[in-house]
Amino acid sequence: MEYFILFLPLLAAFISGFIGKFIGDRSSEIITSLFTSISAILSIIVFYEVISQNYENNLIIATWINSGSINVNWSIKIDALSSVMLVVVTLISSLVHIYSIGYMSHDPHKPRFMAYLSLFTFAMLTLVTSDNFLQLFFGWEGVGLCSYFLIGFWFKRESANAAAIKAFIVNRVGDFGFALGIFLIFYLFGTFNYEEVFQQIPKITEKEVVFLGMSLNAIDLICILLFIGAMGKSAQILLHTWLPDAMEAPTPVSALIHAATMVTAGVFLVVRCSPIYEYSQFALSIITIVGMTTALFAASVALTQNDIKKIIAYSTCSQLGYMFFATGVGAYNVAMFHLFTHAFFKALLFLGSGSVIHSFKDEQDIDQMGGVWKSLPYTYVLMVIGTLALTGFPFLSGFYSKDAIIEFAYLRGNSTGYYAATIGIFTALLTSIYSWRLIFKTFHGSYNNKKLKIESMHESPMVMILPLLILAIGAIGAGFLFKDLFIGHEISYKFWGSSIKFLEPLSLDHPPTWFVFLTPILVTISIPLSFYLFVKNKNLVEEIVKGNLPFYLFLKNKWYFDEFYDYIFIKPFKKAGYFLWKKIDVGVIDRLGPDGISNLVKYFSLKAVKFQSGFIYRYAFVMLIGFSILLTFLIVK
Amino acid sequence: MFEIGLGHYLTLGAIIFTIGVVGIFLNRKNVIVILMSIELILLAVNINLVSFSMFINDLSGQIFTLFILTVAAAEAAIGLAIIVVYYRNSGTVRVEEIDKLKG
Repeated sequence: MEYFILFLPLLAAFISGFIGKFIGDRSSEIITSLFTSISAILSIIVFYEVISQNYENNLIIATWINSGSINVNWSIKIDALSSVMLVVVTLISSLVHIYSIGYMSHDPHKPRFMAYLSLFTFAMLTLVTSDNFLQLFFGWEGVGLCSYFLIGFWFKRESANAAAIKAFIVNRVGDFGFALGIFLIFYLFGTFNYEEVFQQIPKITEKEVVFLGMSLNAIDLICILLFIGAMGKSAQILLHTWLPDAMEAPTPVSALIHAATMVTAGVFLVVRCSPIYEYSQFALSIITIVGMTTALFAASVALTQNDIKKIIAYSTCSQLGYMFFATGVGAYNVAMFHLFTHAFFKALLFLGSGSVIHSFKDEQDIDQMGGVWKSLPYTYVLMVIGTLALTGFPFLSGFYSKDAIIEFAYLRGNSTGYYAATIGIFTALLTSIYSWRLIFKTFHGSYNNKKLKIESMHESPMVMILPLLILAIGAIGAGFLFKDLFIGHEISYKFWGSSIKFLEPLSLDHPPTWFVFLTPILVTISIPLSFYLFVKNKNLVEEIVKGNLPFYLFLKNKWYFDEFYDYIFIKPFKKAGYFLWKKIDVGVIDRLGPDGISNLVKYFSLKAVKFQSGFIYRYAFVMLIGFSILLTFLIVK
Repeated sequence: MFEIGLGHYLTLGAIIFTIGVVGIFLNRKNVIVILMSIELILLAVNINLVSFSMFINDLSGQIFTLFILTVAAAEAAIGLAIIVVYYRNSGTVRVEEIDKLKG
């Protein structure tokens, strides 16, 4: 059964990718959607077995590397952690496959698109089911590659190509750290296998490693290096710049890769490595700080953006920050819980915004929308559900997971914990405001689009609405249904078993009552507040913007991160590259090397060509001279 | 008075031969001249053969000369025919313009 979960998407990718041209668009769409759906159903069965019987298994598919002491297997490791990821990945993936049938209906390259989606699903599954760091890295790079393909899917757009390359390169920075972390693990333990590494971790808590001339604690160093990888993939601050640009991809891709699955791989990595992270307070503090900075940063930027997808992208970035600071305060299960619920409501939001974009004929600017909630009733309701879940409106899924994160941060009890909790609450408020801004500007107020008449607005086809409905059910119910299983006291420890390690059990205390009620109240208040600001009294917002123009521009330009990187990395590298290209490569190497030799050959051959005049008498003359020389030589000898 | 010896004959032959060879190289005008030059070279050879045959009293040299003359006549006929055909095809027999051997 596990084999089918893993290999059906791969098979679908091959069929659609290689023979999609012959079997037609519709067949490719059906095959890929069907195969991933089967895979999703099987994953749910596995998940159920894990819940009910604590099923654990490690299937070895094949030996990958067997050289000396290195022994790496292709494996399917099923435990609580990977079963959760299996459900998230295959479920969202199958829904996105189905949704894409509708969304990509006008695209000429459907089989290619479906093949990439399925291939991505396969890569993501190898990532989550690996039992060693090397297969994890394989899946890690695989999803990065598919993300590159899909961001650059509309390869005729200059900006899509640029975004694809940016995503790839920014991820290289993270992967560099990740690879170093894996090397260090192999150097210290001589194995890549999780089990063996995790067993040896407690023995080396005091070990020092010299790195870049500094003597550092080995575990701290491993954790930081692995976290750098996670930062790249999960778009944490400093390495986040690729995620908003990745919105060049078709919207289903954004929903699947850049919201629900691939970007959560970093969180998954940290949770998977919890037996290592538990021994490094230092790394956990770093994660907390990075996580909450990202949460705050991304939420503040999302407030000012006008591109519907970029707002949601920054929101994703911000929610990933939440997940990270949950792991940072040691609440790995809460991070996984938020990952799980987030996958539903963020995929819902993305696919919903895709439906809006589809209706507006590829318009993404929310200033060009407005007032269409009557024309797009299903999309509107579903988007509102997604937004409520995202903002943590009471009793929807985000409420349970996000509030749990804030509470656990508070219960951590030290200064980082309180700080993180404060930031968490503030960010939750910002989240609520920007999410409602999106809804109100898109669906309420006056209709602002000049290209399309409001009468021409029509609801998306059923094939797009149906996946949204399923996701909406998840967004409403996932929190309530699974909260005991994921973060309840007794049940959750039994459920997670050995897949998550807690050095000391999480605090059983409850935060003060006012604290528990603070976030939901803020979130609820912000709805009428946003309505007032963005629909009723738009002048007030403009007044605020005018009053704080530098600050507004600071947020609008995404804290000038792109400009900053452009200044300190890209420009110098471009200059250096230009110098090496023009002066060193063209000026020296080419001139003396290939060009020089070819010029020399050309020069001599031009001389030699003169020999071949074509006049018989010259040939005869040369023959005669040669003959004379030969004769003279023979006579003299 | 001096006696005309073998050396004189050979010198004559050599001179005619050289004229023939140089005629091939220096000629820029006409292919027929080349043909004539080749004829000259053959004559130089004939002179050599005849003179040697006289001096060693062996007639076979002179008979050989007759053969060569016959062959030369045939060759001249074929050569002229080739030139005629060439002229028909390319409209010229100027040596300077015959450079089709060039790649």
